[in-house]
Amino acid sequence: MKAKVIITPKLEVLDPQGKTVQTALEHMGCTGVGEVRVGKYIEIEMDGDADTVKAKLSEYVDKFLANPNIEDYRLKLED
Amino acid sequence: MSADPAITPKLIAEHGLTPEEYERIQEIVGREPNFTELGIFSVMWSEHCSYKNTRALLKGFPVESPRVLVGAGEENAGILDIGDDLAISFKIESHNHPSAVDPFQGAATGVGGIIRDIFTMGARPVCAINSLRFGELDNSEVRRLFRGVVSGIAHYGNCFGIPTVAGEVYFDKSYEGNPLVNAFALGVLRHDQIARGAAKGVGNPVFYVGPATGRDGLAGAAFASQDLTEESAEQQRSAVQVGDPFMEKLCMEACLELLATGAVAGIQDMGAAGLTCSTCETAARGGTGIEIDLAKVPQRSPGMTPYEILLSESQERMLIIVTKGREEEVKRIFDKWDLPWAEIGFVTDSGQMVVKNHGEVVADLPASKLADDAPIYHREAKEPAYLAEVRRFTLASVEDVEDPTEALEKLLEWPSIASKNWVYRQYDHMVRANTMVNPGSDAAVIRIKADSVPGGDNRENFPEKLVALAVDCNATHVYLDPYEGSKAAVAECARNLACSGATPIGTTDNLNFGNPHNPELFWQLKEAVRGLAEGCIAFDAPVTGGNVSLYNQNPDGAIDPTPTVAMVGLVEEEQHVTTQWFKEDGDAVILLGAPVDSEDALQGLGGSAYLQVAHKIKSGQPPRCNLDTERTLGTTLLGLIQSDLVKSAHDCAEGGLAVALAECTFSELEARNTPSFLGAEIDLSAEEDFRLDALLFGESHGRVIITTSELDAVKAVERAKLLGVPAQRIGTVGGKQLKLKTPASEHAWEVAGLHDLWWNSIGNAMA
Amino acid sequence: MKFAVLQFPGSNCDQDCVHVLQNVFGFPTRLLWHKESALGDVDAVLVPGGFSYGDYLRTGSIARFSPVMQAVKEFADQGGLVLGICNGFQILCEAGLLPGALIRNRSLQFRCEHVYLKVATQDSPFTQAIPEGKLLRIPIAHGEGNYFCDATTLEELEAKDQILFQYADRDGDVTDHANPNGSLKNIAGICNTARNVAGMMPHPERAAERALNGDDGRLIFESLIAALNPAPATA
Repeated sequence: MKAKVIITPKLEVLDPQGKTVQTALEHMGCTGVGEVRVGKYIEIEMDGDADTVKAKLSEYVDKFLANPNIEDYRLKLED
Repeated sequence: MSADPAITPKLIAEHGLTPEEYERIQEIVGREPNFTELGIFSVMWSEHCSYKNTRALLKGFPVESPRVLVGAGEENAGILDIGDDLAISFKIESHNHPSAVDPFQGAATGVGGIIRDIFTMGARPVCAINSLRFGELDNSEVRRLFRGVVSGIAHYGNCFGIPTVAGEVYFDKSYEGNPLVNAFALGVLRHDQIARGAAKGVGNPVFYVGPATGRDGLAGAAFASQDLTEESAEQQRSAVQVGDPFMEKLCMEACLELLATGAVAGIQDMGAAGLTCSTCETAARGGTGIEIDLAKVPQRSPGMTPYEILLSESQERMLIIVTKGREEEVKRIFDKWDLPWAEIGFVTDSGQMVVKNHGEVVADLPASKLADDAPIYHREAKEPAYLAEVRRFTLASVEDVEDPTEALEKLLEWPSIASKNWVYRQYDHMVRANTMVNPGSDAAVIRIKADSVPGGDNRENFPEKLVALAVDCNATHVYLDPYEGSKAAVAECARNLACSGATPIGTTDNLNFGNPHNPELFWQLKEAVRGLAEGCIAFDAPVTGGNVSLYNQNPDGAIDPTPTVAMVGLVEEEQHVTTQWFKEDGDAVILLGAPVDSEDALQGLGGSAYLQVAHKIKSGQPPRCNLDTERTLGTTLLGLIQSDLVKSAHDCAEGGLAVALAECTFSELEARNTPSFLGAEIDLSAEEDFRLDALLFGESHGRVIITTSELDAVKAVERAKLLGVPAQRIGTVGGKQLKLKTPASEHAWEVAGLHDLWWNSIGNAMA
Repeated sequence: MKFAVLQFPGSNCDQDCVHVLQNVFGFPTRLLWHKESALGDVDAVLVPGGFSYGDYLRTGSIARFSPVMQAVKEFADQGGLVLGICNGFQILCEAGLLPGALIRNRSLQFRCEHVYLKVATQDSPFTQAIPEGKLLRIPIAHGEGNYFCDATTLEELEAKDQILFQYADRDGDVTDHANPNGSLKNIAGICNTARNVAGMMPHPERAAERALNGDDGRLIFESLIAALNPAPATA
């Protein structure tokens, strides 16, 4: 089972990387660009079915892979 | 065995080998080489690894002195004694081609590579400096390369934990598309800690340490030995290595710990040509043979062929020959640092480099011949046609300046002269708490204390040392006269060291040139080596090692010949450490050296920054460099400093006297956004024999601005004159303006205004 | 008085801390490898700067799970003095021993320069020896020194006088211009509510000797030493 963890900076945290990317896109001629957030994407191969993996990983995502002080995350699973 | 491509003339050519070289290979091996063996020869005999086009020339360098413990060419880096059983190991190396393709990783791995060369010698790397060159900043591609290179160096150096304490950055059109990234590192060790890269002791096991081998940098050495074109850039994207400074830090700590156990018979890093180079060079140095089995080499990608494993340039890997019976210590230490290791072979007495894959022999070559018998070429050299025009240039067509106000401002803003703070504030220059003089002065000065030595040093009252470092090359001068310009590069380095209170003790050079098959470009190289050699002899600072980077050109042409010189010196006592900034109101400003070389028809303006900036001219014989004069100046200045007469010292270089004076008024930053200024009133009205532009902006050599207390001024001037150095008091420190009195006029600049232009120029260009 | 300086894979400033405590101040100081699960007999612990674990995932995120950090937590829970510098501050925040987090500098660049620090409170073992009104001139060197915490945490930090240092200009004014990394309220260092654990981004160990262009950093070490009370060992 492949677990996919998507981590992004919390909305209230300043994201200078996102801002820089947004400005750069505009400069490159990309019109209609709204807000940009730059985060992290982690893929983890795990043994077990979806429920087992979700139960096991959630704790680690919350305690280690993401820092809830400054980050939000979503956990997706794929065969 | 899987089907290897057949050896055809086309394949041989693609490997960068000539038909004659291939014949020679056949003679050496005694048969047709196979595909893997062809690959091995191709990297070992590339210019980058074998120096086949330049070895003959480099013999001209002075390489000996009583301090030399390990000389140029013997090992990865040279080593000099600095007294009290202590020694330093240093070298400069380039990573130009990779930086053109991937500026961040190219520069980062350049830093990684030079650091490894230093700790391979058993030394703890304690500081880094670098010399960078790019095209002009108004080009967005240039800005991309500049930004990438600086952040790559910062990323690697900062994470590894080495302070980057000095450097130079130049911008010139000739480097467009061919940035130069020359990285230098210096390490410290005791005499008894010197480690060698020789495979000694038949039967000793050979260990591989570091991350698994992947396809990075495949045939990077061969890649560095070609001109860069659009196609080659695309193809070679796979040739750029990706570095991991954290891994390197662990590797260094583990290696130094291992070396302390005495269990290491030989150690070599896997740099250019990775496993190939390290195995055959250690065997060649040891006069032994080596046998390895690739199946035991940790591999990152599935299905790697022997060719790929042998030629890969994956970073942060070391080859360690361990004394038989002491294998457990290796395992214990590398496990402690969580570093992957593998026992991959052993030392033999056959003199052959034997490579097996799952027990089957895939390469069997004589190690010494492979490592040492690359052909030596004596390339044709022909004086370039452009020099005739350069020599014809006179000042008749150049109107003298009436009001230098704007000229000085433009020069201080010119990126090659402007403050490089945008660069160095991205480098941690203070880690290890040993940096006595931070970036911004003529030379950096670091101290060596007990914990600088691998494993620490337990001596009561450890004899601390002070090492000064500078790196210089005015490539415009070299372009206009390779011999004079190269002599001057050495002289400038030595002058910068003297200004910081140091005596030069050794040199390392990075020769960055174009295609050696072009006789005019090869002539530049030949003349540059001649100039460098004379310079190093004059200052008794032998070359302990260095690097040659050729083929730095693209369809638009070659770079300006750039023989980068880095010099290291020793300061005897802490109170001798001198910086370039004015210190106190009321101090006397003294010029050592003749203000303008009276024998120079161009009065020091040839090849000057001023001619380029104010008149868009890049021509004219550059200023002559008189090594005797420079040597006398250096020893005299040092004598004055050691007599506690000198409060600040700054040499005159690009932009001449006026720029140097301005730089003295921009006192060292107290803290973020907190500059402090000390102006001066300077009187040059007696200098009626020269053009005003020459007086203010000419780049005649052999000049240093010093300040002394008012009380010591006369004594300092008299002492200098007595020792044969022209000296005159030219002014006094005070106020917040730089006031200049010339024969015809008077001018004043607000120091804050000049500082603003100078400090922010590059930051503004990069915003 | 005995000190311990933690050492993680990738720590770079551990030796610098040892040098200051042992050679400049004359106190026995030992390096504590991250795999140790006991601190031994120590009076204070320093968590030094560097790039532990290469700053992978998030700076300090892996180091905080080292066995030695469990021992540090217990030591801190019993009132032991702990000072985290730069990466050390980051590790203490990740470990939950200090509130908030350090994120990337708003300039997106590493920044190494001297800064002025305003001492926001003298009521702590880390600042008690610093004369009132003295601005400290100390170097920073970091890419992720931007202190962040949510509004509630900030209110608490201010209410409980937990802010120790703020970036200021030469006149002592806490301005945005003086802020090198975008930190909330120019925060350069804080302590916990019990006031025994502190973290700061600037490097006092790099400013503890005259020879290194300034020794204002000494005052922080002197505060720590005074808080621990005994007479210094003879050098």
